[in-house]
Amino acid sequence: MSELDVRNVSKAYGPVLAVDGVDLTVATGTLAAVLGPSGCGKTTLLRCIAGFEHVGAGEVRVGGRLVAGGGTHLAPHRRRVAIVPQEGALFPHLSVAGNVAYGLDRAGRRSERVAQVLSLVDLAGFEDRMPHQLSGGQQQRVALARALAPRPPLVLLDEPFSALDAGLRAELRRVVRAALRADGATAVLVTHDQGEALSMADQVAVMRAGRIVQCGPPADVYREPADAWVASFVGEAVLLPGLVASARAHTPLGELPVAGTSAGAATVFLRPEQLQVLPVNTACGVAATVLRHDFHGHDALLLVRLDDGHEVPARIFDPTMAAPEVGDRIAVRVRGTARAYPDPTNGAVDQ
Amino acid sequence: MIAVLPLAYLAVRTGEAGWTRVAAEVLSRRTGVLAARSLALAGVVTACCVTLGVAGAFLVTRTDLPARRLFGVLAALPLAIPTYVAGFAWVSTVDTFEGFWAAALVLTLCSYPYVFLPVAAALTGADPAQEEVSRSLGRGAWQTFTGVTLRQVRPAVAAGALLVALYVLSDFGAVSIVRVDTFTRAIFTAFNLGFDRTGALVLSTVLVVLTVLLLTGETLTRRRGARHARTGGAGRPPVRLRLHVLRWPAAGLCGVLAALALGVPAVSLVRWLAAGVSRPGSLDEVAAAAGNSLWVCLVGTGLTVGLALPIGLLAARAPGPLAVGLDRVTYLAHALPGLVIGLSLVYFGINVAYPLYQSVWLLALAYAVLFLPLAVAAVAAAAAQCPPVLEDVARTLGRRPPTVFATITLPLTLPGIGAGAALVFLACMKELPATLLLRPTGMDTLATKLWSHTAVAEYAAAAPYAALLVGLAAVPTSMLAVRTGVLNSGRLT
Repeated sequence: MSELDVRNVSKAYGPVLAVDGVDLTVATGTLAAVLGPSGCGKTTLLRCIAGFEHVGAGEVRVGGRLVAGGGTHLAPHRRRVAIVPQEGALFPHLSVAGNVAYGLDRAGRRSERVAQVLSLVDLAGFEDRMPHQLSGGQQQRVALARALAPRPPLVLLDEPFSALDAGLRAELRRVVRAALRADGATAVLVTHDQGEALSMADQVAVMRAGRIVQCGPPADVYREPADAWVASFVGEAVLLPGLVASARAHTPLGELPVAGTSAGAATVFLRPEQLQVLPVNTACGVAATVLRHDFHGHDALLLVRLDDGHEVPARIFDPTMAAPEVGDRIAVRVRGTARAYPDPTNGAVDQ
Repeated sequence: MIAVLPLAYLAVRTGEAGWTRVAAEVLSRRTGVLAARSLALAGVVTACCVTLGVAGAFLVTRTDLPARRLFGVLAALPLAIPTYVAGFAWVSTVDTFEGFWAAALVLTLCSYPYVFLPVAAALTGADPAQEEVSRSLGRGAWQTFTGVTLRQVRPAVAAGALLVALYVLSDFGAVSIVRVDTFTRAIFTAFNLGFDRTGALVLSTVLVVLTVLLLTGETLTRRRGARHARTGGAGRPPVRLRLHVLRWPAAGLCGVLAALALGVPAVSLVRWLAAGVSRPGSLDEVAAAAGNSLWVCLVGTGLTVGLALPIGLLAARAPGPLAVGLDRVTYLAHALPGLVIGLSLVYFGINVAYPLYQSVWLLALAYAVLFLPLAVAAVAAAAAQCPPVLEDVARTLGRRPPTVFATITLPLTLPGIGAGAALVFLACMKELPATLLLRPTGMDTLATKLWSHTAVAEYAAAAPYAALLVGLAAVPTSMLAVRTGVLNSGRLT
């Protein structure tokens, strides 16, 4: 059963179409991420679901109940859709317990629910603190506990980790994911951070210019992006011109097995980890020069220039071993299958 | 609407008087002299107030001045002394204290807090990181102060100076007591003695035009982007300079200023008070006047804040022309002379709203017209303490809008609204000309009693009213001084 059902929703501000015919279905107990660059309309979509914006067209159903569309507009406080905003937005005049209990009725306040949700977010014992006495991460966890407390059918998370530093963000993602799971909550996470979307969500919807361009499990979105834009937005991408014939593509990296398009001019896509870096004198592979070396600890990303002038990224996973340095000559070999997208514009360029 | 009503009425009546009469009045030599004198007074007082206010604010917030917190409070306190009380104190202490320079002295001592308070607040809140960057780029302490700090607080200085200039133009009490003919005094004389309506109206219109010109001029000189916001980061207290040998001389100067602004009125009040309260029956009169003052001011404050709540919240929540105009409109409280508002409401009451005439409600309406912008600005600032996202969250948690208002919006904005109410109450207490014109017959407030006794040189009889007025006004003033953060501690270099 689906807890959230968004059908063909559009929202315009004057002549600008912020949300353009969006469909999104989120199954009960799962987390969907809406991933897109800033200004793509994802926050507007969230506000339409929460009820702060009237939808221009289409329908929104929460738990099977029509909340917006077809002349209906249920006020935000009747929708039972809780929101966790960017900066947490705790009520500064209420204690942690006061904040968490805000959405509960009288019976709920007397029950164990406040302590229960606070322990879900690892903040048991913080009931009497005031918001200004908490760190940024703790504030966000209280904001999540506050949203979860009345057991809403749907929780909306609006870039809840963007104001936190990197280390805290990773830990908080795990805490939040675990708390949502433990409570059986259904959630929609809006973010521009592809790492966040891929690591937390059961389903990722990639949004661009008001439209959802691809929706699916994180692994599918990463491995089989719907087009070249999604490929380069969701992670690092190797994009090269190519000519496809009978499931093989002629590219600057040689002849590769491809999936995804019929014959003709195409943009061929690989992930940097599919490029294997070898010593230059190896028989197989294409010769190249290292232009840049970004060391990340657990891996390193090289930018290499192929001898025909194309620049491509390549990931190496054991950067502590004699890694090539800038200016070194190397050879690059492709592992696995590439994907190709039809692109008539590059037809004759390199082939 | 309410603010525009009396002004529109003023314009209509001036128009009715006929252009030849208006032209004769406006172009007369007397009007020219009055205008020149009013503007000269405004210029002199503003220059003095800026000097005193900026220097005082710097000493109190940025140096190791001895007893700087005490001086901080002392520097703000003259706000509680109405100019006519200060005028009365000086006239009754110094013989032949009258004329242009006497008025300039009294007005400077009463209105320099209008510069001191915003500048002190700006100096306290200014981003120390910008000064640190300047020092790290090789600029000395003095160069940093003139090149960075003064520029950071420039908007506060300009705003304070504008308030002072507008205040001087609209002041009625002090100039009347030290017998300087300015616009306000001429208007009142024309109205009161000759009952020369047209003359009073025309002069009022000229005064309004002068203040509007001043406002426009300030707007035009204001550069874009002149407001310097703190650029992120945690708020750190500013670094304070050591004065070394200048420490005690500086304290001495601050002491002299406090003695002139507060000591002279205090000594004079105490002296005349000792003579005054011995008169039998005077205590009852004082108590009655105090009761009337409190009642009128409460009604006026209630009406003003009640009207300001919806406007202020709307302005804060709907950014647009309304919110932008609000900043300008704030000054109209000081720009529209109380005398002019009072006068136009007298005519309005007689001709349009007769049931209100001679009632407390018309006086309360005058206070609302005069001080609504103050209250609206306070409410809008308070609303900023409650960002809309908090209300959004509260609604998604299933609370209905009235509940959200009661449990989130109101608790968060109440302190700011309270401060606004205190400000309005203070302004109502001190207001003299509109009160004189609009009070119901036979009803005397502290301010009007004081004025009528001073007018006939009964200084001993006037003293208790003055003392009580200052005492009552000091309460909201000290509250406001504390809110500016003058008393906050800082680090020593």
